[in-house]
Amino acid sequence: MSWEIVVGIETHAQLRTQSKIFSGAATAFGAAPNSQACAVDIALPGVLPVLNRAAVEHAVRFGLTIGATLSRRSVFARKNYFYPDLPKGYQISQYELPIVQGGSLTIHANGASKTIRVTRAHLEEDAGKSLHEDFHGMSGIDLNRAGTALLEIVTEPDLRGAKEAVAYARALHALVTWIEICDGNMQEGSFRCDANVSVRRAADQPLGTRCEIKNLNSFRFMERAIEYEAQRQIGLLEGGGTVIQETRLYDPERDETRPMRTKEDAQDYRYFPDPDLLPLVLSESEIESIRATLPELPEARRARFIAAYRLSEYDAAALTASKATADYFERTVAGIGGKQGAAQEHAKLATNWVTVDLAAKLNSDDLAIELSPVAPERLAKLLSRILDQTLSNKMAKEVFDAMWAGEGEPDAIIDRKGLRQISDAAAIEKLVDEVLAANARQVEDYRAGKQKAFNSLVGQVMKATGGRANPAQVNELLRRKLG
Amino acid sequence: MSLSPDQIERLARLARIALGPGEEVAVVGRLNRVLGLIDQMRAVDTTGIEPMSHPVDVVQRQRPDCVTETDQHELFQAAAPAVEAGLYLVPRVLE
Repeated sequence: MSWEIVVGIETHAQLRTQSKIFSGAATAFGAAPNSQACAVDIALPGVLPVLNRAAVEHAVRFGLTIGATLSRRSVFARKNYFYPDLPKGYQISQYELPIVQGGSLTIHANGASKTIRVTRAHLEEDAGKSLHEDFHGMSGIDLNRAGTALLEIVTEPDLRGAKEAVAYARALHALVTWIEICDGNMQEGSFRCDANVSVRRAADQPLGTRCEIKNLNSFRFMERAIEYEAQRQIGLLEGGGTVIQETRLYDPERDETRPMRTKEDAQDYRYFPDPDLLPLVLSESEIESIRATLPELPEARRARFIAAYRLSEYDAAALTASKATADYFERTVAGIGGKQGAAQEHAKLATNWVTVDLAAKLNSDDLAIELSPVAPERLAKLLSRILDQTLSNKMAKEVFDAMWAGEGEPDAIIDRKGLRQISDAAAIEKLVDEVLAANARQVEDYRAGKQKAFNSLVGQVMKATGGRANPAQVNELLRRKLG
Repeated sequence: MSLSPDQIERLARLARIALGPGEEVAVVGRLNRVLGLIDQMRAVDTTGIEPMSHPVDVVQRQRPDCVTETDQHELFQAAAPAVEAGLYLVPRVLE
């Protein structure tokens, strides 16, 4: 009998701000320990938090993007617990009245589209870091991260299985980086996911007891952790046991989840409204001015690419995987310019180059597209040379390699390497005539029905020009003369 | 509503407050007087009244996103009991 795997995801997205959510300390990653922890962050007596406007604007941007209800009035609350990297003894978060309520995200998984409901998204501050290397039997505390602005985004248990969960995490990651509220750097902890996993016999059964898996710092680990955890729960239930609600950690080295050692009462956070902070009020005009700065969103852009450029679903998805990729593609198409009404032909060529040739180079050099040594305008010039028949595809790849190596503009490279394709009909015809005269046997063979002989004749013409003859023209001329 | 000795013990543990023997009884008495006051307030008919999250009728001020603080960790750490390599040292914690 089969089981349904039910997943909900909580994501902590670190908001892109220069300073912390409640203090003027810097948020740069990798600074010397405690050099970016000010009196507010380390909770010296007498300090008060003051809210960072950019954090609020980022939360509003996110809410608008997912079609959520924005609370015109939201409240900050204290979440109380003791841990050495939390100097105040509480984390400032939002509880009863979060800034973003509801909304949804569309994901594409297993060949279908699906809408995932977002329960809420709230503003909160991050904690510091505990370093457990041995400092003479003590732990080291770095409070640089304490007070960094986070948006915690919580879904309904709408995801079914590890693949959908990963598709959601990827879609959310693409969205928060697209609207530029989060840098998405998972290695640096800017985008962290926890998964709530439960299993049940059938879709109409009540939800099973869930376990929360923490420490999912890559999409690959998320998939493996959910798969492991679901199998663990199924094994328990099929063996007549029960699932205990608990928090578990994923260990990538052993590829398993295991319970976190939690003290009893750890879940009793005794939330209450923070008396140091007043209610956060959003006006209609603030919301509208933020709405006016939103870029075209991934789903809309994907649909436009399909409609305007006649791209396949697959290509449109690849080109809208990130805003930088979509921008690169459109700048390339715009850069080709040339004759009217050829946008689709240009788009097809640009699609192939961006998703194949450029992607391969970026991948092998481990570069993000925004750091490509070949700018889209330069790629467009190269593609123009394919379209005007100066270059064959093969020659263009050679020029592209030279551009990648920093050898400059495509036209200069073409001249320097003598890569101009011969498209002069008279010149090609003269060569074809010479080749035909010198290869009477192949001509006979071809007329006797041997296709191989034709290929050999094409090869001779290409060889005579050092590979520079336009292959399409050579083919056509040969066929005409032999026909 | 009143608190049992068990609940007091649990709350004290959550708040990291050490209650000596005998203190518990006095604390229960004081907290139960507070809870009595809350019961009294609960008896008031609040139908149609919007819950209040803050007693002052002003809204949160927001500051521009600028770095205004400088590195003062040496000054702050002068008051810390143990420091090494810029880190505050605390009794070993492990999850």
